[in-house]
Amino acid sequence: MKINERFYPILATLAVLVLLYGYGIFEHRAFSDTYVLGALLTDNAFLIITAVGMTFVILSGGIDLSVGSMIAFIGVLMAELVTGFGMHPVTAAVVAMIVGSAFGAFMGVIIAKFDIQPFIITLAGMFFLRGMCFLINLDSVPIDHPFVSAFSGFKIQLPGRGWLTASALLMLATVIGGVVIAHFTRFGRNVYAIGGDRHSAELLGVPVHSTIIRVYTLSGFFSALSGVVFAFYTASAYPLAAVGVELDAIAAVVIGGTLLTGGMGFVLGTFFGGIIMGVIQTLIAFDGSLNSWWTKIMIGALLFGFIVLQRLITRSFSGMRAGAT
Amino acid sequence: MSDTVLSVRGAGKFFPGVKALEDVDFDLERGEIHALLGENGAGKSTLIKVITGVHPRDAGTVSLEGQEIHPQHPGDAQELGISTVYQEVNLVPTLSVAENLMLERQTRKFGLISWKKTEADAKTALEILGLDIDVNRPLGSYSVAIQQLVAIARAVALDAKVLILDEPTASLDGEEIKTLFRIMGELRDKGLGIVFVTHFLDQVYAVTDRITVLRNGRLVGTFVTKELAQIDLINHMLGRELAEVSAHRHQDEGSYDGPARQIQIKNLGKKRVLEPVSLDLKAGEIVGLAGLLGSGRTELAELVFGTQKADSGLVFLDGEPVMLRSPRHAIRAGFGLCPEDRKQDGIVAELSVRENIVLALQGRRGWLRPIPRAEQQKFADDMIKALGIATPDSEKPVGQLSGGNQQKVILARWLVSKPILLILDEPTRGIDVGAHADIIKLIKELCDEGLALLVASSELEEIVAFADRVAVMRDREKVSELVGAEITQNSIIEAIAR
Repeated sequence: MKINERFYPILATLAVLVLLYGYGIFEHRAFSDTYVLGALLTDNAFLIITAVGMTFVILSGGIDLSVGSMIAFIGVLMAELVTGFGMHPVTAAVVAMIVGSAFGAFMGVIIAKFDIQPFIITLAGMFFLRGMCFLINLDSVPIDHPFVSAFSGFKIQLPGRGWLTASALLMLATVIGGVVIAHFTRFGRNVYAIGGDRHSAELLGVPVHSTIIRVYTLSGFFSALSGVVFAFYTASAYPLAAVGVELDAIAAVVIGGTLLTGGMGFVLGTFFGGIIMGVIQTLIAFDGSLNSWWTKIMIGALLFGFIVLQRLITRSFSGMRAGAT
Repeated sequence: MSDTVLSVRGAGKFFPGVKALEDVDFDLERGEIHALLGENGAGKSTLIKVITGVHPRDAGTVSLEGQEIHPQHPGDAQELGISTVYQEVNLVPTLSVAENLMLERQTRKFGLISWKKTEADAKTALEILGLDIDVNRPLGSYSVAIQQLVAIARAVALDAKVLILDEPTASLDGEEIKTLFRIMGELRDKGLGIVFVTHFLDQVYAVTDRITVLRNGRLVGTFVTKELAQIDLINHMLGRELAEVSAHRHQDEGSYDGPARQIQIKNLGKKRVLEPVSLDLKAGEIVGLAGLLGSGRTELAELVFGTQKADSGLVFLDGEPVMLRSPRHAIRAGFGLCPEDRKQDGIVAELSVRENIVLALQGRRGWLRPIPRAEQQKFADDMIKALGIATPDSEKPVGQLSGGNQQKVILARWLVSKPILLILDEPTRGIDVGAHADIIKLIKELCDEGLALLVASSELEEIVAFADRVAVMRDREKVSELVGAEITQNSIIEAIAR
């Protein structure tokens, strides 16, 4: 049976992951330990959670540049709520996530109603939120609360020396939630349809505006969740945290096999994409002789490869479309 | 047979400067295939867009089963039972076939999509059309014909009462068209009302029960297909009953006596686009290109101008072959083209009148030798005056002018570059009556100044009014050439219908 062409990119992602991980195990014996796996899941948790939201945005044919600033803003906001107002961290997290989702919805409304490039609006959102961080707090502040300590101390032992942290568990839950939304709800399928061909989607009766608003709300929600995880994980908040994370998230989505122009891709691919980025980082740390900037070089090279691969796969499609006119 | 499912009364749609649709009545009965015919710009697509809610109507009523409807967008119309299949497949190529069929209608269990059931439903929908394909593959991986059939399957599966097929056969081959016609027949027998838009007349006679003809946004009439001879149909479409325009140009010929430049088109053709055509033109002469839509008029114009590359034949200017590999070469050689779709191919809507006018001249000079601003201004002002372009000043963006004035700006663009041959494709399309007369007058004046003009038009009275010679096109081939007194609307229609 012929493999469905929709799976080519994610198969490529898996192949890269297996190759990199295999190389790691071959070169460094310690790489096969679950310790590495546990650390990968924990260290990249906030990135992958953000990237899951970004997957929906990119699937719809858009982009969200505000997520990095959102992570920092949510951290600073929570620190203020917990230490300044004496709120319980869970309550603060809920408030912060409502604020984050609302801000995402706000950007979505502007993008949909005024038909503006998401690039511009979320760029504005990025500056706005980063600025708001400094309005609340100029310095790095600790978030001191027994719950936060409990959160960062929580561990499930894995076979071997590794363990799953609360961050990792939340991230895995987010990925599963993302998969369900993307593949088993009409909203999710409508996102794919809009990204594939917005005009056609409209003619097929897809509520384009409300779907786009919900996409950015979802991205706001996931990046706020990521901000909460980041704040709990580091037990602190810093206005300059997570600078450039929006670009890492986009990279994870693309390496995960999602078409940058939208319409094709998998949330699970984004998970693998995030892990690949982590594996590269770990490999370079294990090697010891390489500068950490090699991470960027490797990720850049991978991105080049994936973007060309996507082009090759979509070209056959667009060729057929051109024949239709 | 008086079971009307869709009824349009007095429909009107106005765009700035154009009446795209005026006072049109249209009735569709259950269980009939109804052809909607007319040349480009006749108002077919506007009528469909008014019915399906793409454009809000400015006048008249649309009722479905006796109930007046006001669809706001195609989704509304679909829910009411009016499904449309467009010429270009309006499905999402990156989604699977099943998803395209079932989008927004997926079967859900506990709020989540049940893919098993959804795929089964999709298969059932395709079975109605006798289509057996893997519904999990992306739609874009199938041929356009299959995509088109999927679009029809979706439309039918929506419990449609009215199915509108807007040029569905344009990208299908013979076998595929047969399949489509068989399916159309079956759907008709099931009681669907089908509106069929096409410009292939043999297809009209093959499948339709009745024909409605539109011209210039107005209703010409509704006829029973069997009772309407093809030649009468062509008459209706091209508008022969209009009084012949009095001033035949070939009667006041000879006002130009400058150097006689010769342009010879020899066996110019391209596979699957145009059979080799030969045609001679000389300075001070207007040659008309007549024929129905899709007959090869536009294609000939594009080959001469280099928009499409010919794979046979040559064009000679004063006996010397001209290299026509791109419009740039053609412009260098002194050719100009005013395209049919001026919005898409002609004007640059955001640029000002002045900038649009100097565009071709600048292109010919090359970007290293900019035209001084004062000179540009002079060109623009001269042209605005000479052609009577209605604009407050030369800096207004062209996109804000009316259709007729936009057309004049394109004419002006070529005139300042002093072309030898000017090709006009449908120069009076979509412009109002007053501007229409202006343009025709201009065409005659240009010719008197020593231009060679090749004018493609679907308006016969227009061609008869100004052409010295007429090349008649049919099925991508030149079928006849008429000269002088031979040029009448009758003779052209006969040449097309023969």
